[in-house]
Amino acid sequence: MRTSNYIFAALSLLTASGLAVAAGPAMEGEIQQQATNWHAIIMFVIFVTMTMGITYWAASRTKSTSDFYTAGGGITGFQNGLAIAGDYMSAATLLGLTAMVYGKGYDGYIYMMAFFAGWPIILFLMAERLRNLGRFTFSDITAYRLDQGKVRTMAAISSLIVVCFYLIAQMVGAGQLIKLLFGLEYNVAIFAVGILMMVYVTFGGMVATTWVQIIKACMLLAGGTLVMFLAFSQFGFSFENLLDKAMSMHTLGDKLMSPGALLADPVTAISLGLGLMFGTAGLPHILMRFFTVTDAKEARKSVLYASGFVAYFFNVIFLMGLCAILIVGQNPEFFEGGEVGKKLIGGGNMVAMHLAKAVGGDMLLGFLAAVAFATILAVVSGLALAGASAISHDLYARVIKKGTASEAAEIRVSKIATICLGAVAIVLGILFEKQNIAFMVGLAFGVAAAANFPVLILSMYWKGLTTRGALFGGYSGLISAVAFVVFSKSVWVDVLGNAAPLFPYTQPALFAMPIAFLMAFIMSKTDGSVRAKAEIDAFEDQYVRAQTGYGASGAASH
Amino acid sequence: MSSSAMYERMRANPKFQELVAKRGRFAWTLAFIVLTMFYGFVMTVAFSPASLGQPVSEGSRVTVGVVIELFMFIFFWVLTAVYVRRANTEFDALTQEIIRDAWKESK
Repeated sequence: MRTSNYIFAALSLLTASGLAVAAGPAMEGEIQQQATNWHAIIMFVIFVTMTMGITYWAASRTKSTSDFYTAGGGITGFQNGLAIAGDYMSAATLLGLTAMVYGKGYDGYIYMMAFFAGWPIILFLMAERLRNLGRFTFSDITAYRLDQGKVRTMAAISSLIVVCFYLIAQMVGAGQLIKLLFGLEYNVAIFAVGILMMVYVTFGGMVATTWVQIIKACMLLAGGTLVMFLAFSQFGFSFENLLDKAMSMHTLGDKLMSPGALLADPVTAISLGLGLMFGTAGLPHILMRFFTVTDAKEARKSVLYASGFVAYFFNVIFLMGLCAILIVGQNPEFFEGGEVGKKLIGGGNMVAMHLAKAVGGDMLLGFLAAVAFATILAVVSGLALAGASAISHDLYARVIKKGTASEAAEIRVSKIATICLGAVAIVLGILFEKQNIAFMVGLAFGVAAAANFPVLILSMYWKGLTTRGALFGGYSGLISAVAFVVFSKSVWVDVLGNAAPLFPYTQPALFAMPIAFLMAFIMSKTDGSVRAKAEIDAFEDQYVRAQTGYGASGAASH
Repeated sequence: MSSSAMYERMRANPKFQELVAKRGRFAWTLAFIVLTMFYGFVMTVAFSPASLGQPVSEGSRVTVGVVIELFMFIFFWVLTAVYVRRANTEFDALTQEIIRDAWKESK
C-alpha cells in the first residue's frame, strides 16, 4: 500500500488548493517553528496593506447581491483568467509540486498533467453553458427547471461539504506553513488567516476576492519565474546539461525522467485522473468564477488565459524542482545537521523556499514566503465566498424565503454566513492541528466529482433529467464518495486505527461517479410523474438559452 | 414578450440548428482528442512505463515521456485557443444573428 499512500499524500499536497502540508511522507514528524523571518513579514504586510486598500475601494462598489457574489458580472476575461489561475494554483502547488519533482522526478510532471487536463474539457463542454445559465451559484443551473427547494438544498449541502473539508485542509496547512515560513505561532497564524479572510469577503465580496486572487497570481507567476530563471542560468539554460547533472547526483539516477512507482496501479491512476479532471469541474468556488464575467465570450477567454498561466507555471515548477536537485540537494546549509541527503530543514516541502534562498538570498526567500501566505488567503477567500453564497443565495433566499428575500437581507445573510464560516474555519483549524488531514482534500475532490459534477453536467446535457433523478444521483454520489473515503486506508486505518481498509483504493472517483450517473439515469427514467414531464418539456427553453445566452444575466442587467 | 416565445422562435430558425450542430461537433471533437490523449497517456504510465523512459535520441538525457508531456501541455492549450477563436467569432456571430432574427419576427 506504499504506492497509494504516496498518491494520497501527494494528492493532498498538490491539489489545487489542498494545502495538506502535514500529510506528505516528507513531512513526517513535528514541524519545527523557525526563526522569525522579517523579510517575509514585511513583504506580507505590504501585500495585506495593498489588498486592504482594494477591499476598502471594493466595499464602496459592493451594493447589490450581484456585486457581492459576482462582482456585478463586470470582470474581463483576462482578469478572470488570472483570478482562476490564482484560485487554482495554491501554495501547495508551488511547494508540493516542486518538492515532488525534487524527490520523484518525472512522477511530479505526470501529476501536473493530471491537474491541467481538466481545463480544456471545462472549456469545450461547460464554460459557455455555465455562463449562459448560471447567475450566482452553480445550483442556479441544476435547479433551472427542477424543483428549486429540493435540488438547491442538495447542491448547497454538497457545496458546503466540499468547502468545509477544503477549508480545514487549507487552514491546517496554512498554520503549519506560516509557522515554518514566518516563525509565527500556529494559532496566531490560524487567526490571522481566518480574520483577514472574513474582512476581504464581508466588506469586499467578489470584487475584493477577485483582486486578491489576481494580485496573488501575478506575485506567484513573477516569483516562480524569477527563481526558475536564476536557478536555470546556473546550467547555461541547457535542459540537457541540467538533466545530465541531476541524474548523476539523484538517487533515482537514470530513472529520474521515467515514470516511477507513484501511478503504477492502473485503477488508482485512472481514478485519480477522473477525480482531478471532473472534481475540478465540480468545485463550487471554481464554478462561481464563471459567473463574474460579462458573457460567454469572456467566459471562454477566462479559460484560455487561466489554462495558459497554469500550463506555463507547471513547467516553471518542473524546472525549479530539477534545479533544486543540484542547487539545494548538494548544499549542506539546507540539511539538518549539515548532512547532505538527510532531512531537509523545515521538511520536504521547503525545497522551493531553499531554492529561492540559494539563488536570491533572504530577499527572494522573503518574497516567496509572502507569496505563499498570500496564496493561502486568496484560496480561503474564494472558498468562503462560495460557501457563503450556498447558504445565503441557495438556502436562505431560494429555499427558505422562496425568492421573496430583499437584496439587502440576502447580502446581510451572506455576510453573517462568511463570518460564521470564518469562525468555523478557525475552530476546525485549531482542532485538527495534530490530525492527519490527508484525506480531506481527496474527500473534497471526490464529493465534487461524484455529487456536483454528474448532476451539473446532466442538467445541461440530458433532457430526461428529473428532480427525482437529480436528487438520487446527487445524494448517492455524495454518500458513496464519503463512504469510499471513510472506508479507505486514509481514514479507516490511519485515522480510526483499524487494521485493514474495507475499501482497497484511495481514490473514490472511478467508483462513486458511475453510481451517481447510474442513479440519476434510472431514477429519471422511471419517474412517471406529471412534474417530471413538465421538467423534461422545460429543457427545450433551457437548451436555447444555454446555446445562445439569450436571457442570461449580464453586466447590463443592473 | 415572454422569453419562452423568443426561445420558440429561435429554435425554429434553421440557423439555430446549424449553430448547435456545428459547435457541438467541434467541441466534442476537441474534447475527444484531449480525453483520448490524456487517458492514453495515463494508461501508458500504468501499463508500459518503460516506453516513456526511453531517451528521445541516442545519448540524450531527455526521455520520450518528457517530450510527450511538454507536447500535451502546449497542444491542449493550442486547442483551447482554437476553440475560443472560432467560438468567439464564427459561432458568436451566428448566435447574434439568431437573436436578431427572433427580435425582428416579434415586431
